[in-house]
Amino acid sequence: MQISRFLVISGLVCAILLMGVVGSATADTVGAGSFKKDKGMEISFGVPVDKNWAENLSNFLVYEKPDPDIRIPIHSVVLDTRRVAATLTFKDSLNTSAEYVVEAKDVTSDGKILGSHQFLVKKGQAQVLFAILLGAMLINNFVFTKYLGLCIFFGVSQKKETAIGMGITFTIVIVLSATMCWALYSYVLQALHLDFLKIIVFIGTVAIFVQAVDTILRKVNPYLFKKLGVYLVLIVTNCIILAVPLINADSGHGPFSSLTLGLGAGIGFALALFLMSCVREKLEVCRVPPTFHGLPIAFIVTGLFALAFLGFSGLSIF
Amino acid sequence: MNRNLTLVWNGLIPENPIFRLALSLCPAVAVTTSIKNGLLLGLAVVFVQVFSSCTVAIFKSFIHPRIRIPAYVIIIALWVTVIDMILPVISPEVYKQVALFVKLIVVFAIIISRLELFASKEPLTPSFFDGLGMGLGFTFGLCLTGAIREFFGAGQLFGHDVLGFKPLLIMILPAGGFFVIGFIMAMFNWLEYKITGKIPKSGGVH
Repeated sequence: MQISRFLVISGLVCAILLMGVVGSATADTVGAGSFKKDKGMEISFGVPVDKNWAENLSNFLVYEKPDPDIRIPIHSVVLDTRRVAATLTFKDSLNTSAEYVVEAKDVTSDGKILGSHQFLVKKGQAQVLFAILLGAMLINNFVFTKYLGLCIFFGVSQKKETAIGMGITFTIVIVLSATMCWALYSYVLQALHLDFLKIIVFIGTVAIFVQAVDTILRKVNPYLFKKLGVYLVLIVTNCIILAVPLINADSGHGPFSSLTLGLGAGIGFALALFLMSCVREKLEVCRVPPTFHGLPIAFIVTGLFALAFLGFSGLSIF
Repeated sequence: MNRNLTLVWNGLIPENPIFRLALSLCPAVAVTTSIKNGLLLGLAVVFVQVFSSCTVAIFKSFIHPRIRIPAYVIIIALWVTVIDMILPVISPEVYKQVALFVKLIVVFAIIISRLELFASKEPLTPSFFDGLGMGLGFTFGLCLTGAIREFFGAGQLFGHDVLGFKPLLIMILPAGGFFVIGFIMAMFNWLEYKITGKIPKSGGVH
């Protein structure tokens, strides 16, 4: 009863955050463009523009945001029938994970010159976040392809019940601590040029956070504490909890990307734990060679899982 | 002196951190696609283990027992930060592949468990040799796994072509690491069974 209420609340929080993400993604598209398939991108003007102006290639300058000096050669510009949107085609294929800037000089509408205009072309944020989530959950599952958190993985995957408890606790803690570490890193460490202290600061933050959750849960909800409290202490020794903030810091993720990577890692870990516990319960009644008892056979089963998860690499279409 | 040698030997084989104690398994699978990677990470672990064991052995009377775990973590994190700055200078190429795991030495269970079980009770010299033994045992485990995976997966040893073809590509893939560790653990169990005549209680118990 208590657990289900807790789950509903955490689900609501996630939903609100997700709405914030989608909302901010749509708000960004004013004056922006999007990628089209086959070396193309689309930009839309607020007013109908002249065909002559639009089809003159010298009116457009395109470059990647970090390198304004390297111009990207345009192949053709096609205006749509309502004359409000133009599709630019390029000679070379584009890097869809980069941000491009399109500068349109002297936008002309019905003979009047409206001045220059800039467009920012990048992947939609929701799309980027979905790619991160899917990547952390399945394609690069932290347990099966990055081999992190193995100690806990082998330690608590003996029973289904403990596996589920650990999975839920871990997901909640890692989402919150990844976001917190992002805030600390970008507002304190980077601001003061103390990047080299990130290992010490992150492990300290995680340890303090876990201790705090432990103390608060003990007072606020003793039933839940009895169910999940044992796993809280174990979480500190899980490599994933330190790896996620470090990866976030190294790849310069923003707040939502950091949160999504944490969520993906948590769900991926919970999934791995659950799958493994199902197999290990069956292994108990199997006749395993005596020298393979315990960990050796668990390792070999994990190897088979890793082999199966290799199949998910085909999912990286974003 | 004799006891010190025993401590080193103990860490190398009878209590090998990877295959016998089954601690710190993550790097054992992750970085062992070649011997070089294993060797570099192993040396980093030897450094961190020896220096944090010595630090704890010296300062143990100043650390209040109730806050010992956070204190140990900070000491380990300190030495990890040091080695994390030294390694890119020594071998930039190999460091690139193991960078994440060098930072993750902080959470390796083997180091903190040695501090808790050994260095916090014993004087400086035995702590030094215990740290050295555990670190070398860890390096040995990484190198053995790395050698097997590199030999069968890429047909190479230390980056030099030995076979000229790739017998089992799966060994380099993620799954291969799990298989190799599983089989080596089973082998250690079998050896113990042959020597002592008892069936051992699984590779490692948490």
